[in-house]
Amino acid sequence: MIETLLIAFIKIVIVLLVLLTAVAYSVYAERRISAFIQDRLGPNRVGPFGLLQPIADVVKLVFKEAIVPRNANKPLHDLAPVISLTVALATFAVIPFGNTITLFGEEVKLIIADVNIGVLYILAFSSISVYGIALAGWSSNNKYSLMGSLRSSAQMVSYELSLGLAVVGVIMVTGSLRLDQVVMNQTNYLFGVLPAWNCFVQPIGFITFVVAAFAETNRQPFDLPEAEPELVGGFHTEYTGLKFGLFFLAEYAHMIVASAIITTLYLGGWHLPYIDMIDVSPMLMSIIGILTFVIKVTLVLLFMIVIRWTIPRFRYDQLMGLGWKVMFPMALLNIFITGLILLLLQ
Amino acid sequence: MKDNGSAKRVIRKDDLTFLQKTYITEIAKGLRLTVSKIFKPKFTHNYPDEPWPFQPSFRGRPVLVEEDGIERCVACGLCSRVCPSLAIEVQASETELEKERYPIRFEINMIRCIFCGFCEEVCPEEAIVMSDEYLVAFYQPKDAIYGKDKLLMSTERLAKRLAFLKENR
Repeated sequence: MIETLLIAFIKIVIVLLVLLTAVAYSVYAERRISAFIQDRLGPNRVGPFGLLQPIADVVKLVFKEAIVPRNANKPLHDLAPVISLTVALATFAVIPFGNTITLFGEEVKLIIADVNIGVLYILAFSSISVYGIALAGWSSNNKYSLMGSLRSSAQMVSYELSLGLAVVGVIMVTGSLRLDQVVMNQTNYLFGVLPAWNCFVQPIGFITFVVAAFAETNRQPFDLPEAEPELVGGFHTEYTGLKFGLFFLAEYAHMIVASAIITTLYLGGWHLPYIDMIDVSPMLMSIIGILTFVIKVTLVLLFMIVIRWTIPRFRYDQLMGLGWKVMFPMALLNIFITGLILLLLQ
Repeated sequence: MKDNGSAKRVIRKDDLTFLQKTYITEIAKGLRLTVSKIFKPKFTHNYPDEPWPFQPSFRGRPVLVEEDGIERCVACGLCSRVCPSLAIEVQASETELEKERYPIRFEINMIRCIFCGFCEEVCPEEAIVMSDEYLVAFYQPKDAIYGKDKLLMSTERLAKRLAFLKENR
């Protein structure tokens, strides 16, 4: 019993440390890449290639004064960023970042919480994250914050639907809500050559899910909750110092978690195609699995960053129109087609 | 406002192909541009690490030309007379050398100097010229008065400027 707890604890600590570091460096990556796209160089002064910039940023944010507006609801104002970050990090608990690894004669599953309803857990937690933003907007007692959080709520409700329905396709193919089962199902090959990743098995569902995930993480082109030209800073207008930093971290943690979910559900998770044709030791296999997962997540993350600097922001009515008139029918169509094919294959 | 709905004001192009309407190919086109931009050379000049190369016509801070370890200046005081901001102070003295006179004290107050280059223009010996140095900063006003120790600069170092002056004066 104590051993299981200890293993779980160690896994949590490692994953949390890696995740927070990755969050800090995704901020750096975003700034550098955006600069490169715009013919600039970006932060390159702190350390070699500016690699210590995240540390400087965090130190700066920690030492800034935390201002609470006079008529703000202080408990909720303090609580909102915590909810945002906690939810973003907690979602990572069910994502398998590798198969199994044998350490000191003990077989360890590379997933923090091996629950049998992993997909539902993810959907549930991504819904809670709207509370962070909604409470932040409401408790700030500021019209821009409130507008931002209202937009966010409407957007999340609209896109949650297509997100959930897109996942239904994956669940139908897999026949299980376990995320490790979803990954295992993608280790086969289509027609003997193509890896049976869900993005090839159901391309419509994949596109729907990716677009909805962008909207869920409030990323461009769907970053209406914090549309700078219209809403000052959106829901975090009234936040300063460390609390603003938490929102900032939460945004990037959301991005990483979204990339991890996309990787797990549609891009084969930790599985490197064609590796099982070569004979490798199980230890090396586990390490390759973890590395594959990290590389896949990084690539999806870079894609998200580049998209931000490519596509302009949608108008609000366009956003709603896209959500209800395009994404929703597409997700339904995907379920219908998947069901039809599964029926024919039987 | 007669029309409350926004639908009528939306401009839509009718001649879009199906692929353009799906927006996905357009995203791919945009991505091709942005991704190719990442690997292209950047516009930014890494200023303090890579100093900007100046043309010889650039007027930096005025310096005294030092030839074979001695300044060319004969302390005639013309630069001091012509200086519009009264930044130059010269005190002459005698010397055993061929030029007979030399400045025992030559000071330019860098707070007053306006980098106009009149001193260089008026100098009969080509002894005071504008260099390519431009970083003139100090913590105390008294540090702003540059004496001979800071003003002397060798002919090799000033070769470009001297060649430029020979050609254009």
